[in-house]
Amino acid sequence: MTGFFTFLKYLAIALWSAFVVTPFLWALTTSFKTANGITGGPTYLPWLQYEPSLNGWKSLFGAGGGIDIVAPYIDSLIVTGSASLISIVLGTLAAYGLSRFTYRAGFVKNEDLIFFFISQRIMPPIVLAIPFFLMLKWLDLLDSKLGLILVYVALLLPIAVWIMVDFFNNVPRQIDEMAMLDGCTPIEAFLRVVLPNSLPGIIVAGMFCLIFGWNDFFFAFTLTFTDTQLLPVAVVALNSSVTPWWSLSASALISVAPLLLVAFVVERFLSRGNLAGAIR
Amino acid sequence: MGETGLRPYKLAFLLPGLLTLLAIILFPLLFTVRVSASGWDAVTPELSWVGGRNYAALWADIRFWQSLARLGGMAVGTVLIQYVLGFALALLVWHDVKARRLFRLLFLIPMMTTPVIMSVIWRTIFHESLGPANDLLGLIGLGPYQWLTSGGWAVVSVMIVEIWQWTPFMFLLLLAGLISLPREPFLAASIDGAGPLRTFFNVTFPLMATVSIGAVMIRLIEASKLMETVYVLTSGGPGTATETSGYYIYIKGLRDFDIGYAASLSMTYLVIMIVLLTLVGKLLHRALVGGRA
Repeated sequence: MTGFFTFLKYLAIALWSAFVVTPFLWALTTSFKTANGITGGPTYLPWLQYEPSLNGWKSLFGAGGGIDIVAPYIDSLIVTGSASLISIVLGTLAAYGLSRFTYRAGFVKNEDLIFFFISQRIMPPIVLAIPFFLMLKWLDLLDSKLGLILVYVALLLPIAVWIMVDFFNNVPRQIDEMAMLDGCTPIEAFLRVVLPNSLPGIIVAGMFCLIFGWNDFFFAFTLTFTDTQLLPVAVVALNSSVTPWWSLSASALISVAPLLLVAFVVERFLSRGNLAGAIR
Repeated sequence: MGETGLRPYKLAFLLPGLLTLLAIILFPLLFTVRVSASGWDAVTPELSWVGGRNYAALWADIRFWQSLARLGGMAVGTVLIQYVLGFALALLVWHDVKARRLFRLLFLIPMMTTPVIMSVIWRTIFHESLGPANDLLGLIGLGPYQWLTSGGWAVVSVMIVEIWQWTPFMFLLLLAGLISLPREPFLAASIDGAGPLRTFFNVTFPLMATVSIGAVMIRLIEASKLMETVYVLTSGGPGTATETSGYYIYIKGLRDFDIGYAASLSMTYLVIMIVLLTLVGKLLHRALVGGRA
């Protein structure tokens, strides 16, 4: 009975693992195909079923009518990196304040402020896209990296605040109180004592900012056109009727690759039990 | 340090973030409210005043209400499946499994990948003659299915992609919850001789109630915005079979440039989502936590 139970358990794990890796394996094999390997029906094994070629990967650098993926890659790195950094700095400060002090302005209290931050996640992108479009046009920031960074801060700041408030609530208050008794101002206490103890929370919050920033498509799609082009937009642009599946697959794989590193970090924190305080 | 001495520091922490968010979000939102009462479109792109005309028109816009109902069905459907699968996966690699850290890592990966980019890959997988979905199912005598070209299957395809992409998020939140559970209740249950099923229903599930509600609510909020996957996989089609509210508003606003009308649709969509999500949150809380308190 126990043996059968164990068998079922591993069978379930194997089935889900297969489901998870299927799109990656399919993209990997497709990226080495040529038109011949695709139009004859699905094939899976190089050499046995089709003659592999490196054209898909070469096209990433503009060879053979492919798209040049280098510029979008750099744009994506700059926009996601800057927006995440700004969000983490502003979000960590705000979260610390909301966790340690009592704010009151009229009927607005701490919980309302926290709710205001987090509730921004409810906003459907389309609701913001039209006014963002007009606002950036006025500011002359349409089709620019700076414009996108502004928009992404609005998307990522709520994530940073949400994760960090919970995290700071689990950092003992005595730490900063002791520092302040020693003559530190609240800001010195925060920088010297609290911040070094909050690195796990900041890393987790940073990871989530990177994930949601790197993976956004809709705002990059509606707010930039030619001067600035982020990766998801560049890859989806290949998704036309006469799609070269090989360069599509190669560009997809290279685009999602950097966040696999993020997966490693998140798993480490998860297995050490450090995520429990960071995400509720 | 007294309350008055603290005041500047309190503000120094909170205000930079708060004001930034207010500046970026509040203007667009208020502006949308104003635009929704205007006749702004491709021909007359200006802030005229038409009162509630757009709102009266959307009341009779069956395509909008159908898109909302479709979105509701797909969102609730995928999130429930994600919850069941995510919980099952979290339990599977919680403990007593070889190479569990490797499987945890593997199970997390889809949520790290860009949804639209993976949707492009899924689109090639679902290709009727050249994709592997029909080919592989054919090996066990199933199909061929019209994954993206028949209404029913197109909905299934979108749901499969959403489940692949976001079950990992559910898994992450639930496994983080499981790992942080206290050990005592499980010891007590095993001393009482409870089997795995009884332990799950009497100990694990009740202890996970709050985490479960949090995870389901976060996913429902994200799922209520569903449109990118739809855009890439089916463009809302065939016909309007997979058209969600977000996608319909996108067509009205940023493709037809019927901005005034799209703004009124946006506001209605937003208000309905806030009301429904708040309601669902309260109900879930009462059902899973309230009764036991």
